[in-house]
Amino acid sequence: MTLEQLIFGITFVVALGSSFAMLFMRNAVHVALYLVAAQIALALAFLLQGAFFIAAVQIIVYAGAIMVLFLFVIMLLGVDRRDALIEPLPAQRPLAALLGAALVAEILFVSAKGVELIQNVGENTAALDAINRDPGNVVAIARILFGPYLLPFEVTSILLVVAIVGVMVLARRMTTLSERAGEQTTEEAA
Amino acid sequence: MNSVGPGYFLILAALMFTVGTVGVLVRRNAIVIFMFIELMLNAVNLAFVTFSRMHGDMFGQVLVFFVLVVAAAEVVVGLAIILVIFRHRASSNVDDAHLLRW
Repeated sequence: MTLEQLIFGITFVVALGSSFAMLFMRNAVHVALYLVAAQIALALAFLLQGAFFIAAVQIIVYAGAIMVLFLFVIMLLGVDRRDALIEPLPAQRPLAALLGAALVAEILFVSAKGVELIQNVGENTAALDAINRDPGNVVAIARILFGPYLLPFEVTSILLVVAIVGVMVLARRMTTLSERAGEQTTEEAA
Repeated sequence: MNSVGPGYFLILAALMFTVGTVGVLVRRNAIVIFMFIELMLNAVNLAFVTFSRMHGDMFGQVLVFFVLVVAAAEVVVGLAIILVIFRHRASSNVDDAHLLRW
């Protein structure tokens, strides 16, 4: 057993184990923490496949920024423990497990077909290693991102601006005119 | 460099994606459902990185970059919507929000 196989085994167990643990945790904070564990394990899987920049971004953006946002909202709303007590659809859980089994069978079948179609995986992996060595992983990504993908890149910046404006509109507390007038008079009195 | 075949990574991605789907179907808390959607996006990212390695180019990794940006925007807007619903109903249970039901 090589070192890569050992690391992949650990990654596999941690990623899948914490994903399954997410299903059974009652507390939303525990679900968030297991999601962080799964994401760090996935970053390890990215490293194993030579995606160094993506692995770093995975930890910084996902396990860092996005999960902090999640925890922030959980703390803001208070942890809701009534989640599991009310069960409107009794057959939902076994049905969901059944659909999940069907879905994983489908994905694995299609993946197996795809792996069959691509013959020279070993050579291609070597080619990726060569790219990572010569211009470097970040440089190679930047050349594609700011070359053929320049327009989509700019469109994502527009998407982010739209998201920021949308969130500001959503999070604003709607005040009626009379309330606003009331606020102004209290400010004046103070 | 790597002695683990791409098929094993695809199996991991498929299993994680399915766990995410089942979680979305089973859980009731809107925030938890959002976290399972993040898990599904992560699994897809793993599939993209694996495809990038199978093809020997960088395009899969660039696509992960775009998925990341869209996921960040989606999380921010979604959590704001959950906050607004919570302000009106004092609950983050998805069964409580049924205004558009027939």
